[in-house]
Amino acid sequence: MARAVSTQRKIAYTAAAWAVGLLIFFPVLWTILTSFKTEASAVASPPEFLGADWTFENYADVWARSDYPRFFWNSVVISVGSTLLGLAIAIPAAWSMAFVPGKRTKDLLMWMLSTKMMPAVGVLIPMYLLFLWTGLFDTRTGLILALMLMNLPIIVWMLYTYFKEIPGEILEAARMDGASLRNEILYVLTPMAIPGIASTMLLNIILAWNEAFWTITLTTVNAAPLSAFIASFSAPQGLFYAKLSAASTMAIAPILIVGWFSQKQLVRGLTFGAVK
Amino acid sequence: MSTQSTRAAARLMVSPSVILLFIWMIVPLAMTVYFSFRLYRLLSPDRTGWTGVRNYTWFLNSPDFWVAITNTLLLVGGVLAITVILGTLIALLIDQPIWGQGPLRILVISPFFVMPPVAASIWENLFMHPQNGLLAAVSRGIGSEPILYLESYPMASIIFIVSWEWLPFATLILLTALQSMSSEQLEAAEMDGASALSRFRYMILPHLSRAITVVILIQTIFLLGIFGEIFTTTQGGPGNSSTTLPYMIYKQALIAKDIGRAAAGGIIAVVLANIVAIFLMRGIGKHLDA
Repeated sequence: MARAVSTQRKIAYTAAAWAVGLLIFFPVLWTILTSFKTEASAVASPPEFLGADWTFENYADVWARSDYPRFFWNSVVISVGSTLLGLAIAIPAAWSMAFVPGKRTKDLLMWMLSTKMMPAVGVLIPMYLLFLWTGLFDTRTGLILALMLMNLPIIVWMLYTYFKEIPGEILEAARMDGASLRNEILYVLTPMAIPGIASTMLLNIILAWNEAFWTITLTTVNAAPLSAFIASFSAPQGLFYAKLSAASTMAIAPILIVGWFSQKQLVRGLTFGAVK
Repeated sequence: MSTQSTRAAARLMVSPSVILLFIWMIVPLAMTVYFSFRLYRLLSPDRTGWTGVRNYTWFLNSPDFWVAITNTLLLVGGVLAITVILGTLIALLIDQPIWGQGPLRILVISPFFVMPPVAASIWENLFMHPQNGLLAAVSRGIGSEPILYLESYPMASIIFIVSWEWLPFATLILLTALQSMSSEQLEAAEMDGASALSRFRYMILPHLSRAITVVILIQTIFLLGIFGEIFTTTQGGPGNSSTTLPYMIYKQALIAKDIGRAAAGGIIAVVLANIVAIFLMRGIGKHLDA
């Protein structure tokens, strides 16, 4: 609802909005800055901003001290894997809910969301035992399954709200023109659904990347992703600010960059169709 | 287009999701119910047996229990209030005609991409640490004593950290909702002499109600289970002052190693979460035409 206002007011609004934005972003910025300081500079009092001793040493240290590529690869496999598997299961479900809604479709959607209300820690021990018994403990397959099921309600919901926006008349028109079901899906529905599927995929990858309960409790070494990598750095003994900041930056940078590039689609997806 | 066969096909397409989610929910839940009636301590594995409702009575009578319930509600309510109110104000500000709205959105959404253990450890060490934290330096700079944030005000500090994590989500959804409003209507109202406050009260707020509903629903789901932030920062302390229900269950399971009591706590948490869910779903149902 942008309106025409005087330049003076525009300057004032811009300054205020940027001040708030920078304040919200500042903790991330400060972490990135600290990661390039020497340990002494990182805890200097008063705090050093631009006059600090800059170094890449922290990154080299963290890289040498832990197997970052393995944690990183586990994060990629688990978040992308659980998202793709979730989409494969959720797309048909959301599709039929949107186009062939029954009397109980709404209740079913609410029930799905309510399964997420169960606090994870409440079922930690059973889940731990189940994973041990089935041999899924500390495997990427196990975490892909767990995170897929954890986020499945969100995936179904998001897809459902997107699919519902596709007008049914278009399908009828295509059918009148003699389109087969295969052509209908391939040439009419898919192109209209792709943006929604893409937003859902992005949001899910981010949710899975940042999940830090099951990924820490259900892994030890082999399948541990970046959330476990950072947990090992937060241990109180031998805490070094610059190294902690470097490790933090390494854990969040990949998804931060993905998020920055996709924020438009992401925000649209996050609104669950409540905002057109 | 809903003939008998398409209905059957539709049911077939929904069933994998429903069956998988049902298994994912019911198996751990059934095991938790079973454990909750058993004597099951990892430190004395030989003593087992049925204990009736003793695990439940222990949990409900524990001095931590009401503290945990209060803290859980404070956390959920506090974060919801802060993120919805601040989110609305910030969204209104960003929605004004300003330069660089695109890059600004990127700055504002950033905390949403920071994983909870990182967010918690950044705030705990780089900001709230009583010696080396930036906030302590600010306190010294203005000549006052550094505040022991996590020791003196543990719940307030945790609510603050979690609010920082969720503020971007609320702000951007509300901003998207604002941007879908017609500016002509608002301008017309302005020309007719409607004050800024009454424009907000009677035009903007009703328009935002659906977006606010979504923010509350989604955040509550995630906030009820908050665990990592507390684990990283205060470990539920000092004493039990920042123990929430999930953290209390964790303490029983992994510190006291009493699986029976932890399971009873888990069931209590599930029951309470469902009560909250029923209230939420009722409210949400009106606003979302699912």
